[in-house]
Amino acid sequence: MFERLQVMLMKEFLELRRDRWAMFRLIVPLLVQVIAFGYAATFTVNHVATAVLDLDHSQASRSLLSHFAANGRFDIVDVAATERQVTRDLDTGRATVAIVIHAGFSQYLNNGRTAPLQVSVDGTNSNTALIALGYVSLIVAQFQLEQAAGVWPARTAAASPGSSVVLEERPWFNAGLEDRWFFIPGVIGTLTLIQVVSLTAFAVVREREVGTLEQIMVSPIRPIEFILGKATPFFLIGLAEVALITVLGVLWFHIPFVGSPLLMLLGASFFLLAAIGLGLLLSTLARTQQQAFALNFFLVNPFFILSGFAFPIAAMPKVLQWFTLINPLRYFLVVIRAVFLKGAGLDVLWPDLAAMALLGTGMFALSVLRFRKSLD
Amino acid sequence: MNVRRLFAIAFKETLQIWRDPRSLAIALLMPAMQMGLLGYGVSLDIKRVPLCVYDEENSQTSRELVRRFVASHWFAAAHVLADERAIRDAMDRGSCIGTVTIPVNFSRVLGATGTASVQTVFDATDANTTNISIGYAQGVIARTTGDFAARWAAARGARAQPAGQIDLEPRVWFNEGLDSRNFIIPGVVAVILGLIGAQLTSLTISREWERGTMEQLVSTPVTALELMIGKLMPYFAIGLIDAAFCLCAAAFWFQVPFRGSIGTLILTTALFTLVVLGIGYLLSVRIRSQLGASQMAVTLTMMPITLLSGYTFPIDQMPAPIQAMTLLVHARYFVTILRAVFLKGSTIVDLAVPILALVLYAAAIIWIAARSFRKRLD
Repeated sequence: MFERLQVMLMKEFLELRRDRWAMFRLIVPLLVQVIAFGYAATFTVNHVATAVLDLDHSQASRSLLSHFAANGRFDIVDVAATERQVTRDLDTGRATVAIVIHAGFSQYLNNGRTAPLQVSVDGTNSNTALIALGYVSLIVAQFQLEQAAGVWPARTAAASPGSSVVLEERPWFNAGLEDRWFFIPGVIGTLTLIQVVSLTAFAVVREREVGTLEQIMVSPIRPIEFILGKATPFFLIGLAEVALITVLGVLWFHIPFVGSPLLMLLGASFFLLAAIGLGLLLSTLARTQQQAFALNFFLVNPFFILSGFAFPIAAMPKVLQWFTLINPLRYFLVVIRAVFLKGAGLDVLWPDLAAMALLGTGMFALSVLRFRKSLD
Repeated sequence: MNVRRLFAIAFKETLQIWRDPRSLAIALLMPAMQMGLLGYGVSLDIKRVPLCVYDEENSQTSRELVRRFVASHWFAAAHVLADERAIRDAMDRGSCIGTVTIPVNFSRVLGATGTASVQTVFDATDANTTNISIGYAQGVIARTTGDFAARWAAARGARAQPAGQIDLEPRVWFNEGLDSRNFIIPGVVAVILGLIGAQLTSLTISREWERGTMEQLVSTPVTALELMIGKLMPYFAIGLIDAAFCLCAAAFWFQVPFRGSIGTLILTTALFTLVVLGIGYLLSVRIRSQLGASQMAVTLTMMPITLLSGYTFPIDQMPAPIQAMTLLVHARYFVTILRAVFLKGSTIVDLAVPILALVLYAAAIIWIAARSFRKRLD
């Protein structure tokens, strides 16, 4: 058996080496994508284009606006003169946030009454809008505190609110709230899945389409040997990809890697088993490369979207949450992120590893069974 | 150009599509499945963040504070922790995303000095969720503080003295409910069309090479331009059917508000479909193996479209070189157009810039594709 497997492996590696562009197509897009992900995938909200309209022209209103300008989160792109101008800024997308201070703002404040402050946000991107509104309320709260302390020291003391609770927040594992620390480890699993599934599926379907599968079948090679021979090179390619992106993430993007590389290797092996199993399964469903390609698109994109890579699984409807349970990428992302950022050990991660091993074995077994059938 | 030859090619291609029902079914079913999965799966609405509570004091005040966290629907109480070590454990296991620790002398300090602090720890692996959760927590604390102060003042018989409060009136435009679905679904339509379009045409020429039918094709009098237009015609029809389905699903099923004109929508959708099919065709002409063409199609569509089109990650937050790269991403223009037509009701005049960009894109791709194909066998 090993002899035949060896022959099969040699054939696969030869085929890979003869395709001069294959290595190029494997590595260059991978590098470009990792770099692009590292720089482009961000939900951070900085430099929000802001239009301001000050109809009060008082010291207080100018001071409030300077708080916005000094904060760094907001870029004042337009100092408007009329409300209509503000509306146009929002309509054309020139500004995302518009702050309007109506006449009488400082008078209200000085009289100890409640002064309205109008803030309009372009809600098209709800995430940006939500975060920007949070920053606005923080700046306004800070402005109020300073005003209270500076302008009415005596009255503040007299009316000292009996209870004020201060929130001390501590973000663990990623103190700087860097999106990159979240996405780069995620990219490892995602890109590996996309490449390995399509490579595996195409490798088998091409033999079928070109007609060389029949030649192999009349040789003494058994189906299991054929599948192992097909799978092994892609397993090694997958491991190399995981290693390459990890190194890139640590050295180029300075993502901390606090966990155990061995655990990562274990996770990657189970994950690749599942990915190759999925690719083989696809190959038994497709007759032509065209079909394999379409099926690949059909399946890989949902696996990618429904993995928690960018969109929290908790925010999905229940039915889709159940679907994520059969998604090997979901578990691998948990493992990678925990190993990278938290340094979690086997005691915490064993359920995810077990799930991947189970899925991998299941898909592999199913594809071997289906493959046998498709030969009859 | 000979119209008869053109239609002959289109007819041949249609027959080929028709006789491969598996691929046709995938091309027509894919948008339905993708719309369902992405429409529901892609959501950034962060609600009911699982929260662990470590209430060291366990007084009336501390319990009220905890109740307020849970009563706001932003947080859901997952576990009550028994000691400080449990926080670390809960964070490691990911059983909750945030923990609130109320120190042992919380209400005493609050009564004596007027200020007391509450500590929250967040699992910041997902920075965006953490950022938004912190905002929610601050909101809960601010409201609680206000109520505590009012109660304190009332207890002393004093009138709560407002020291010049500012009342923040936030107004959200275009997407009033801050529903992330309204923002993402138009983008999802662009993504699905971009993916399907490239998938439809990227193998159409390389398949002829691999199967050996290219020799037959080359020996016919058909010209490169006729071949391209003839091959693209049936796929254009499929692409438009898919587009119509996705857009209807967005408007009627997901109920994204539609404020623009149907005409603008049809025109821009047809234009984008043309660009996408053209890219697939160009790849197919350039790369003779089906595997290579499909790999390049995935690389050149999946990543740029999901990452650089602005459908989830805002382009204006990217570093300048990456922003420059997004100018080359066709989906970027279509995402802008779809969002503006749906949510803002923009007209063709408002959208002149992105529409012009797509026109240029289509012209360039088709020109290059037409020139790339040579009727030679070497």
